[in-house]
Amino acid sequence: MSYVKGLKCRECAREYPKEVLFVCEYCFGSLEVNYDYAQIKKDLTKELILKRPETMWRYKELLPLDNEPTVGLNSGFTPLIRAGNLARVLGVKELYIKDDSVNHPTLSFKDRVVSVAISKAKEFGFDTVACASTGNLANSVAAQAATSGLKAYIFIPADLELGKVVASLIYNPYLVAVEGNYDEVNRLCSEIASKYKWAFVNINIRPYYAEGSKSMGYEIAEQLNWKTPKHIVVPSAGGSLITKIWKSFQELEKLGFLDKVETKVYCAQGHGCSPIVTAIKEESDIIRPVKPKTIAKSLAIGNPADGYYAVDTVRKSGGYAEEATDSEIIEAIKLLAKTEGIFTETAGGVTLAVAKKLIENKIIPRDESIVLCITGNGLKTQEVVTRALPKPIKIRPNLASFEGQIKNGIHQKIAEDKVIEYYI
Amino acid sequence: MPKVKVRIPAPLQKLTQNKPEVEADASDIKGLILDLERQFPGIRERLLDEQGKIRRFINFYVNDEDIRFLKHDETPLSDGNEVSIIPAIAGG
Repeated sequence: MSYVKGLKCRECAREYPKEVLFVCEYCFGSLEVNYDYAQIKKDLTKELILKRPETMWRYKELLPLDNEPTVGLNSGFTPLIRAGNLARVLGVKELYIKDDSVNHPTLSFKDRVVSVAISKAKEFGFDTVACASTGNLANSVAAQAATSGLKAYIFIPADLELGKVVASLIYNPYLVAVEGNYDEVNRLCSEIASKYKWAFVNINIRPYYAEGSKSMGYEIAEQLNWKTPKHIVVPSAGGSLITKIWKSFQELEKLGFLDKVETKVYCAQGHGCSPIVTAIKEESDIIRPVKPKTIAKSLAIGNPADGYYAVDTVRKSGGYAEEATDSEIIEAIKLLAKTEGIFTETAGGVTLAVAKKLIENKIIPRDESIVLCITGNGLKTQEVVTRALPKPIKIRPNLASFEGQIKNGIHQKIAEDKVIEYYI
Repeated sequence: MPKVKVRIPAPLQKLTQNKPEVEADASDIKGLILDLERQFPGIRERLLDEQGKIRRFINFYVNDEDIRFLKHDETPLSDGNEVSIIPAIAGG
């Protein structure tokens, strides 16, 4: 059964049926799924959730499908790791990593939104799905369209990281590399979407698609034993994830699954593409679009669709925002790997680098619980760290060669670098 | 007066007799909105808010460039320019 009553404009509250619609015809505000929370409260209990398989679908009543999901059945419920080593380096007491770098099937949080979007597209009867993507979304749409037997048209900026291109092509979609940045790809896709009858997951299916991100928030609360953290740092590109994580906490509070939510939400962006951070820091009511220039390509959206809502979320929660330079992003990727054994992509580097700054600047206190949202996998963006890493020690296949290297002290030098960099 | 092509987004096509593309005569974006209103009464209040500013969830592009990187609603138009009006809520 469905708990979706319809769609509703976030701006002017006009109501619409649950169809393939995404903007308010009157004010162009975005449409959001309107649930029957009273019924959900009657039917959904913590006990029921805990009995279900450990996937995002244990929260299916709070996701916008009318029927059972048909793709992405193993998505979600990624580990929430108590990050003791990293906590010691940062000098904080209670630190967790929500690790979506191991999401199923394509190693990013986008598996959550695509599982919902493609299941929904199938409910609507589409035979073709499409998206505008900075890479992770492309990978997930390509993979999940393949398993569903749907055609996929995927539009990406032509300069994407090789790993993200390969991780789409392998599923055999129609991959279109557009000579332009993400915002240009997105504008083009908006025009294509109004002409072709395809399910563009992040355009005409967007109200449903975006709801998938809430599952990350539900899981964090459940994994913290039905509590929300005092502080959560979330990377932002279009601003949807941060908005939906906040919404998920509010929903759990409304359903009585947890006490009052006192979480402060922090927005993390790359220096060179930080329109949301800028608006928050300048206390501005407008989001000025920018031309992105950052190695965090997965966050390189200069014209964020949910920018206003991201700013509202941060303000309402009492959080703040910060940006990370390219070199800080690379250092943070290395730090997370060395301390917690997690190899994240550039967006994860942004999140950790920003968290570090917020802690050092005493904006996040050291003695309260902190969650960092790690949204993607480093194996997809290897080129950004390759040059910042030592070379492997090359030897001939004999013991003398190996021991000769040990005497040269090369292994020792690498080990010392580690200590000096991170443990002073 | 320069003659330009304007691509109309789906939610506004009811006002343009379902035409996805129309022509207009205008020398800048402000003038374009006036000319669209002359041809398709009612379209102005859909594009502009109560203060007469372009609604925050609508983007205008002249030859594929966002007018917020040009001169906003004073962005000049010349003969043969293509203007796209696109809902801002997409992507990400």
